[in-house]
Amino acid sequence: MEDEIKLMKGNEAIAHAAIRYGVDGYFGYPITPQSEVLETLAELKPWETTGMVVLQAESEVAAINMVYGGAATGKAVMTSSSSPGVSLKQEGISYLAASELPALIVNVMRGGPGLGTIQPSQSDYFQATKGGGHGDYHLIVLAPSTVQEMADFVALGFDLAFKYRNPAMILADGVVGQMMEKVVLPPQRPRRTEEEIRSQCPWAACGKGGRGHRNVVTSLELDSAKMEENNLRFQRTYREIEQNEVRFQEYFTDDAEYLIVAFGSVARICLKAIEDAREKGLKIGLLRPITLWPFPTAEVARLAKNVKGILTVELNAGQMIEDVRLAVDGAVPVHHFGRMGGIVPNPNEVLEALSAHFNI
Amino acid sequence: MTQEEIIRPENKVYSRPTFLTDNYTHYCPGCSHGVVHKIIAELVDEMGIGEKSLGIAPVGCAVFAYNYIDIDWIEAAHGRAPALATAASRLNPDMLVFTYQGDGDLSAIGTAETIHACNRGENIAIIFINNGIYGMTGGQMAPTTLLGMKTATTPYGRDAVLNGYPLAITNLLAQLDGTCYVTRQAVHTAAAVRKTKAAIKHAFENAINKCGTSVVEIVSTCNSGWKLSPAKSNEWMVEHMFEKYPLGDLKNVESIH
Repeated sequence: MEDEIKLMKGNEAIAHAAIRYGVDGYFGYPITPQSEVLETLAELKPWETTGMVVLQAESEVAAINMVYGGAATGKAVMTSSSSPGVSLKQEGISYLAASELPALIVNVMRGGPGLGTIQPSQSDYFQATKGGGHGDYHLIVLAPSTVQEMADFVALGFDLAFKYRNPAMILADGVVGQMMEKVVLPPQRPRRTEEEIRSQCPWAACGKGGRGHRNVVTSLELDSAKMEENNLRFQRTYREIEQNEVRFQEYFTDDAEYLIVAFGSVARICLKAIEDAREKGLKIGLLRPITLWPFPTAEVARLAKNVKGILTVELNAGQMIEDVRLAVDGAVPVHHFGRMGGIVPNPNEVLEALSAHFNI
Repeated sequence: MTQEEIIRPENKVYSRPTFLTDNYTHYCPGCSHGVVHKIIAELVDEMGIGEKSLGIAPVGCAVFAYNYIDIDWIEAAHGRAPALATAASRLNPDMLVFTYQGDGDLSAIGTAETIHACNRGENIAIIFINNGIYGMTGGQMAPTTLLGMKTATTPYGRDAVLNGYPLAITNLLAQLDGTCYVTRQAVHTAAAVRKTKAAIKHAFENAINKCGTSVVEIVSTCNSGWKLSPAKSNEWMVEHMFEKYPLGDLKNVESIH
């Protein structure tokens, strides 16, 4: 299969991209608004082509622990869910991080807390970027704003996860999961052979297979001094990721007097608002973090020096704004505009919020 | 006869199985875990599967099983071993994958994972140590704790109204279409050890030959939790545990397919 241009939902793009990346296994549980991932995989039957395992688990808890079991054997494995389901997965995600295992978790966010709504939201920002489960850990968090990025970030997520032996998450809002757009699918890659996996993942517990010693994948260490060593090693990895993997996109920031920071689908609404504003002579720029962790702290700090104020626009009550404020460190005022309950703002609302907060 | 004259290769009648490490055990004296570990190590050696075996360790006393049996291991979250085994086995069909779980792990917090792995007929073996108590955390009630049995969380004895009834989960698993072999054994006598070894061997063979899920429950003792000597524990187990958890095969079919 060569590059192909298709029209599809973000969730469907995830499924197609997973097969084409050569993913070894997908384990999921139905939940709106991401069920199309599992449905598409079931329809495409990759077990007959690439040999990819696809399994509907009995719960999100089981699904993430299947991911844990598969990842521990060196396989490229993933799961997807939506907010309430991702809450259930936090135990397994913590174990994946603690066991330094690569894996990909997709969260197509819906509004909460609790059962909340099936409509789009970005209210799992804290959960995704600050750990989520117990213990001191970070996920690599990618925020797609297009169906194309839904597809592309499957490969990016796995590449980063294997590079750093750390789970990665695609944190998409329900808009990106459900909307249909043009997407260029990558060519089919073969799944890695057993030999390639053993060579790439010498730590994998996939049977000794003549290696001469046993591999044990565990997060348990009862010796406090050794456990602290583990914690310090995790932190060194996180510093390395922060150093190397910050990703973002900027629009109209060169001459901007005000800056909007937004991610996911909201960034596109904000871009429309900015284009409208520029027609009226208002110089507003946009920073769209692509990696929510590591957060583009240095870039926000740099931009803050040249603008009069910053507005974060999020589908929540104000979560990313905390990271923006830490980066800005009081240099300029930072305000938040958000809608909740599954409501997506229009460009006018964004501009009105900007005007109200900064008297422009 | 001097010691040197006795310790000679030709006089050797027994030695530590190759796949049993020489790490100091953390199990209490008389605990059934040590015997079952030895059985698994012997089988891995005798069946020639040491290079392709993967054990999934539980949370509980056997959390450190990976320190003793010299094969690859994954340490699962509490109760999730069958979910890990499901993926490991499906993604690595040439491997022998087995879980090693206690009664809290398998029949309390991991009930859903256990039932659904068995119901899907995953080609794995489940080794289930049932000693009716939580050993690792200090002797609290397990789902399998007998009525009247005193534990740290049932200090006046398990009361059916207060705590519900003992759960014979293996009987339940035997009813599922995905299980091909479900048996209940013990390791309190030499004969019982031999039977348990044959049972685990059969379970391993079923997993290798993709016949479905096998469950080997081993009714066990917990001297520390039961606050009895190893010998008294065995007596107590025979007198009380076997009534609720009688030994023998609950199901043995060639294959689920």
